[in-house]
Amino acid sequence: MSAVDALKPSYELAVIGAGPAGMAAAVAAAQRGVATILFDEQASPGGQIYRGVTTTPLRRRELLGDDYWHGQGLVDALLGCAADYAPRSIVWAVTRIGDGFELAVSRDGVAHLVRVAHLIVATGAQERPFPIPGWTLPGVMTVGAAQILLKTAGLVPGDGTVVAGSGPLLSLVLAQFAAAGVSVDAVLDTTPRDRRWRAAWRDVIGFATSPYLAKGVALLRRARAAGRVVRGVESLEAIGDHRIERVRYRAGGQTIELACTSLLLHQGVVPNINFANAIGCEQRWDEVQACFVPVVDAWGASSVPGVTLAGDGAGIAGARAAEAHGRIAALNAACAIGRIDPAQRDAAGAAAQADRARWLRGRRFLDVMYRPAPQYRIPVGDTVVCRCEEVTARQVLESVRLGCTGPNQMKSFLRCGMGPCQGRFCGLTVSELIAKERGSTPAEIGHYRLRFPIKPITLGELASLPQTEASEQAVVRLPK
Amino acid sequence: MFQRLSEAGPPTLPLTIDGNAALARPGDSVAATLIGAGHADCRTTPVSGSARGPYCLMGICFDCLVEIDGRPNQQGCMIEVQAGMQIVRQEGSRPVDVEATR
Repeated sequence: MSAVDALKPSYELAVIGAGPAGMAAAVAAAQRGVATILFDEQASPGGQIYRGVTTTPLRRRELLGDDYWHGQGLVDALLGCAADYAPRSIVWAVTRIGDGFELAVSRDGVAHLVRVAHLIVATGAQERPFPIPGWTLPGVMTVGAAQILLKTAGLVPGDGTVVAGSGPLLSLVLAQFAAAGVSVDAVLDTTPRDRRWRAAWRDVIGFATSPYLAKGVALLRRARAAGRVVRGVESLEAIGDHRIERVRYRAGGQTIELACTSLLLHQGVVPNINFANAIGCEQRWDEVQACFVPVVDAWGASSVPGVTLAGDGAGIAGARAAEAHGRIAALNAACAIGRIDPAQRDAAGAAAQADRARWLRGRRFLDVMYRPAPQYRIPVGDTVVCRCEEVTARQVLESVRLGCTGPNQMKSFLRCGMGPCQGRFCGLTVSELIAKERGSTPAEIGHYRLRFPIKPITLGELASLPQTEASEQAVVRLPK
Repeated sequence: MFQRLSEAGPPTLPLTIDGNAALARPGDSVAATLIGAGHADCRTTPVSGSARGPYCLMGICFDCLVEIDGRPNQQGCMIEVQAGMQIVRQEGSRPVDVEATR
């Protein structure tokens, strides 16, 4: 179904996020006859990986590549299925009501309450924090942001652009720049040149027999056309007064400065866990991916009854694995609400499980090879950790020396993680910083406990919620 | 600085940026319009007054906050441009309209 104007008061299933996992989940659930609504923040479906696939002005297929256009099929299936699709909709709170949930949703500045029996959270990935000196200067953006500009607006970097970092997405975006005839001044490759091959050898065969080998080789070849590559970059600093003017880096025993007007940073993606965390889903520290990952079973079921997680939000595995995961999660949801029994779920899900396993093969190798070096994850001195509240690494360490034991207590010392982004760009950094200072591990230290509302909302939106007699009575104490 | 690929088409939508007339490409976000017009920065922070510009463009960093049609703290990357829109750089924290709270 196309985008809905009005929300129904209740559905059997709500899916959060219209990326590959969310779209596949909504379609698969609707095919099983489950009354489904798909909520998404963006104006058009696709998530970030297929961002703008219905609206992009770049219609030459080779420019964004076949893997991008695969998303068109997912969108077509979504718009052709019986599920309701609600774009520009932010689900900002979830309350347990009996065996189900009540969702608070804002659309165009007005809040609504929607009851559901089951929830599939498919909130995808975000770019890992890249806390280097000067990363808050205007003109410093993520590589993912530059890719969004390319996909949605046909905007590409001009002269004076430096790209820095590591990871498959960085190579993909460079290849897309090259296809668009764009070159950058320099690519500063921060991929560590340590002996991680020793750690990765177990995963080599998996990678060599995966779909990623051929794609990766072609990608790296095309990416090289986008600019001069400096390998083994050991430190990075963005310098400027009110915007970026230069980037300083160290490589091969030399410190070099490059003038630039734009610096694009990237060092991999991590699960966007805020939503699952706020619901109370158990999470674990993944040492190889160096991030927190929600705990799920083989069907995506989280530790919270009635909540299934799908896609990169449940652990980074890439778009095609996420799509299969969405189909798996939909069967789990259909089973949880009694539409099918576990035996039917297992039989119907075998194909999706096999598909997911195929796209998971080789991922561990990529995780090991592109694990960011510690100096890019754990900053020192006056480098900003929390962009919103402008808290530095030094301040975080001082709070630990004053006796602060973890991220949640630190909030009351420093307000770190309490700005509008709600820890999305400092959570991992803070956990690793505190762990290092206390001689502990991020697994022991833990992550922020996040709370609803998941995104800032206005008092006006809150006030627009439908009032019950009980809620009015609680505030104005009308005589009965 | 960013530049536009020719196949994206020309900007045709009239609006204002800090009171100055500008053209935006229909369908673009406010943040993309600012970047395309050469504005790397869009606000100063409430804490230290340092300059900031769009960082993630996917709705999670909140660094692209601007005032749109008189409403402060709007996420520029999440809002599509409209004809006649008034986009204003945001200085420091959002002022509280005391009169409006009475």
